[in-house]
Amino acid sequence: MKMAARIIDVHKDYILKGGIVVRALRGISIDFPEGDFVAIMGTSGSGKSTLLNLLGCLDRATKGEYHLGGEDVSKLNDNELSEIRSRYLGFVFQSYNLIAQLTVVENIELPLYYQGNISRDARERCLEMASMVGLSDRLDHRPYQLSGGQQQRVAIARALVNNPHVILADEPTGNLDSATGEEIMQVLEALNAAGKTIIMVTHEADVAARAHRTVRMRDGMLETHTPTGALN
Amino acid sequence: MSSRFWQTLRLGLKSLLLHKLRSGLAILGIFIGVTAVIWLVAMGEGVSYQAQQQIKDLGANNIIVRSIKPPSDATRGGGFFMAYGLLRDDYDRMVANIPTLLQAVPMREIRKEARYLDKVTDVRLVGCTAKYLEINNLRMSRGRFLSDKDLERADNVAVIGDAAAKVLFPYENPIGRFLQVEKEFYVIVGQTEDKTPSGGIGGSLAAQDYNLDVYIPLSTLRWRIGDMVATSRAGSREGEVVQLSQITVTVHELAEVDATADIIKTLLQKFHPVVDYAVTVPKELLQQAQVLQMMFNLLLVLIAGIALLVGGIGIMNIMLATVTERTREIGIRRALGAKQRDIVSQFLTETVVLSATGGLLGVFFGFLCHPAIVGTRAVMRQLFPDVIASLPSNIQQLEPRIAPWSIIAAFLISVGVGVVFGLYPAQRAAKMDPIEALRHE
Ligand SMILES: Nc1ncnc2c1ncn2[C@@H]1O[C@H](COP(=O)(O)OP(=O)(O)OP(=O)(O)O)[C@@H](O)[C@H]1O
Ligand SMILES: [Mg+2]
Repeated sequence: MKMAARIIDVHKDYILKGGIVVRALRGISIDFPEGDFVAIMGTSGSGKSTLLNLLGCLDRATKGEYHLGGEDVSKLNDNELSEIRSRYLGFVFQSYNLIAQLTVVENIELPLYYQGNISRDARERCLEMASMVGLSDRLDHRPYQLSGGQQQRVAIARALVNNPHVILADEPTGNLDSATGEEIMQVLEALNAAGKTIIMVTHEADVAARAHRTVRMRDGMLETHTPTGALN
Repeated sequence: MSSRFWQTLRLGLKSLLLHKLRSGLAILGIFIGVTAVIWLVAMGEGVSYQAQQQIKDLGANNIIVRSIKPPSDATRGGGFFMAYGLLRDDYDRMVANIPTLLQAVPMREIRKEARYLDKVTDVRLVGCTAKYLEINNLRMSRGRFLSDKDLERADNVAVIGDAAAKVLFPYENPIGRFLQVEKEFYVIVGQTEDKTPSGGIGGSLAAQDYNLDVYIPLSTLRWRIGDMVATSRAGSREGEVVQLSQITVTVHELAEVDATADIIKTLLQKFHPVVDYAVTVPKELLQQAQVLQMMFNLLLVLIAGIALLVGGIGIMNIMLATVTERTREIGIRRALGAKQRDIVSQFLTETVVLSATGGLLGVFFGFLCHPAIVGTRAVMRQLFPDVIASLPSNIQQLEPRIAPWSIIAAFLISVGVGVVFGLYPAQRAAKMDPIEALRHE
């Protein structure tokens, strides 16, 4: 099976001011096959966000290997990591993280802008993404004019516009009520059905249950692998 | 690539318009700096242009020798009449002894009343030769100037200045009319064009107004009026005896000016135990004026530099605040694939947009320098006529001249200030850790 991402014995240490070392990740190895839909769960402070940031090339591991689409990205410099984020990854955050002064389309367009691609095709792709998340009639709205659920859909459209290999979502429903959260999960499920690899951090068991499998973390290490398919 | 540039620019503008007051204040600093540069330079250029124009009027190839009244107890002759100044012999000696001399134009001037019928005006009666027209850059508006033949025959002919003609002949053509000075009548053969008097350049050369002149042949003046002139009112027996008021010596080439001036001084020293003359070299004045102008410009550049520095610091301050405030946005952009240099160019674009806008506004207001100064002066003249009258003439008449280089320099410097002072905040934005930036509240 082709791997979308794989990490091998990854460690992440944070060194605080007084020389105190926080060992956020302590030897994690995990494979994400293409088309995977994984939920990462665990207590607060167990290292979920740290792991997701490493997977998202926003940070570099203290030790260990990280292969993304067959390429070892653990040794790349800042510039190259930016390039990887721009081409292979899409982010969905708990707090949406839209840019306030930009409209819906402009927010969706941003990743293409950093790929140096703002052609007519790109514009059309943005409109396509917006309609896919059901926001065709809000293109020129600004984020503050949208509900939380709508903002998160814009964020998803933005994460998809550069046609990424992997979508990383850190508590995508964390700020939403259950009905709106359900809508977002339906969008993510549809994406996964269309072949996207999705790695999602969540605290909610019913959200995690929508994934193919759940990975549990504790104190910077993996606890269990539960194929959710088996539970259903 | 260029459409990407426009996109960056558009996004920059959008962010700037989000904080209109803040952006406006940042622009204001640069705007004031740039306007100051252009205005100061324009005024400096105006003053120096006046001076240089007057000096050029005198002719760079000329050496001007003028009679000067010495302290009263040191004059030739005795009695109530004071004899001093340049002699006709001095003129002859110069022509005979100076090999580099192209021409020498002698001149005698006296204040007199000129009359026509019932009209009277004070004029400067100038006895001169035909060359006088050319060396003073005068032009004829009617008739002709004095000729060599007029001088040979010592004819009673006169050429009248523009203002004098307007007073004495308001409704008629003065040519052919008879002008009365004392008991003599002179037939008017020509009228000179109006010549705006330039501001004085100090020293022995005050501002010269040619418009109230009446020119007659030097020989005629000698025979009809003589060397002796009563200085006080009629009836008094005080007066002075002056043969020539001025000799203007012209040399062939600029390089000969200094040596010729030395010869003239030596010649005069020999025959004038008392210094009753002054030698002026316009070329030297011109060089002095140019050096002065250069120093003045340097000073202005310094002042302008400080103004722009202050503006630049203002911009930097505002950009640092902007960067801090937009930490979260920077994190988002980095997560979406922005490289460090994308962030640098984003914030640098914003700073340069601010400073260039300030620069453009400054250039625009720079062009308003002339109307602004002329207008202010007119208003001041209405409100405080005394204050204006007490100012030196070169300030009263100051016409600012916008120097093209100052426009270009001021604008380029304003853009440069944007780059220099924007670079640090932009670098700071780019160097942020994406994760921490994302977590920033
Ligand atoms: N920049 C940092 N500097 C120091 N320690 C850090 C830093 N970021 C994270 N940590 C530490 O690493 C550990 C893991 O943090 P992380 O944010 O990954 O937890 P999490 O599982 O996402 O928790 P939550 O569910 O609350 O979001 C925590 O102990 C945290 O204090
Ligand atoms: Mg977390």
